Amino acid sequence: MAICLGIIQIVEEKVHERSSSRVRSICLEMGALSHAAPEAIRFCFAAAATRTVAEGAALNIVELPGVAWCMSCSKSVEIARRGECCPCCGSYHLQVTAGEQMRVKELEID
Amino acid sequence: MTRTRLVEIERDILDKNNGIAANNRALFIADDLLVFNLLSSPGAGKTTLLVRAVSELKCSRWVGVIEGDQQTSNDAKRIQAAGVPAVQINTGKNCHLDAAMIGDAYRRLPLLSGGILFIENVGNLICPAAFDLGETCKIVVFSITEGEDKPLKYPDVFAASSLMVINKIDLASLLEFDVGKAIEYARRVNPKIDVIVVSARTGEGFAALYAWIDRQAGRQRRAFEDKGR
Repeated sequence: MAICLGIIQIVEEKVHERSSSRVRSICLEMGALSHAAPEAIRFCFAAAATRTVAEGAALNIVELPGVAWCMSCSKSVEIARRGECCPCCGSYHLQVTAGEQMRVKELEID
Repeated sequence: MTRTRLVEIERDILDKNNGIAANNRALFIADDLLVFNLLSSPGAGKTTLLVRAVSELKCSRWVGVIEGDQQTSNDAKRIQAAGVPAVQINTGKNCHLDAAMIGDAYRRLPLLSGGILFIENVGNLICPAAFDLGETCKIVVFSITEGEDKPLKYPDVFAASSLMVINKIDLASLLEFDVGKAIEYARRVNPKIDVIVVSARTGEGFAALYAWIDRQAGRQRRAFEDKGR
C-alpha cells in the first residue's frame, strides 16, 4: 500500500506541475526481483487512487526480468527470483545486477 | 477540446523515502554514528538481543535505540530500563518504519556522537526490506525456532542485510536445527552476508557480534577518510 501511495504522490506532483486534471494511464516498470508483486500493486492501486487525480487511470505494468552475474561461470544470467541457482552451471554464487527496479515510467494526461 | 499528452517520468517509486534516507545518512555520518537497522519476524528476539547489547556497549560508547512497533511502548521501556535512551515509534496500521519517521525520532534522542544507534524495525520480514532509513547497514535476526529455510522463504530481507544473526542457539539441544544449512540457504540469496550465531539469553556469541560492530566502525572511518582525501 505504501508503494501505491508513492505512485500516487509522484503522479499528483507531475499533474500539478503540468496543470492537468485528468490522468488517463500510468506506466510502471517493475523488476522481477523488486519488493512488490505486480498483482499486489494492481490490487492496491484502485483503493489508493480513490478520490485522487489518479482515480480511474489505467495502470500498465511493464515487467522486467531479474538479471544476475554468475561468479562461477562468469556470465550474465536471467533469474526469476532470489535464491535461484544459475541456470547454466547450478551455482548459487550470483550477484544481482538488474531487475530490482520499481519505477513510474510515464503518464498519459489530458 | 482536451489533448492527451504523454509525460516521461522515470522516477523510482520510493524516491521520496530514498531522498529523506540520504539526508538521514548524511546526518549520521556527520555525527560519526554507526546505525544498524534490525529486521526480523515477530518473536525472533530482537529486543532481548538489544537489551543485552546496549547494556554491555554503553560502558564504552554512546548508544541509543529507536523502537518501531505497531502499538505500545513496551520495547522502548525495556531499553530505557537498561539505562540507554530510547524513542518509541508506533506505526499504527503501517507495517514498516520509513526514513521520515527515523529523521523525527533521531531529533528526539540525545546526541550520540561517535556512538551507535540501533533501530529495531517492526517485526515483519517483507516490507521493511524495501525502505532505506539511512542506516549504515541492515541486520537480519532470525531464531532457530523458525526453521532453516527462512532465508529462502523471505529472500528480500536476507538479500538486503549485511549480517545475519542466528539467535536462540541455547535451544539447539531441544530443536533439530541445522546451522550449516541455514547459512547455506542465506548465502544462496546473498553470497556476501556475514553470519554470527548467538544466544541473547545466555550471551553466547556476543563477543563476535561486538567485534563485527567494531569492524563496521573501522570500515566507516576509512570510507570517511578516503572521501576527505
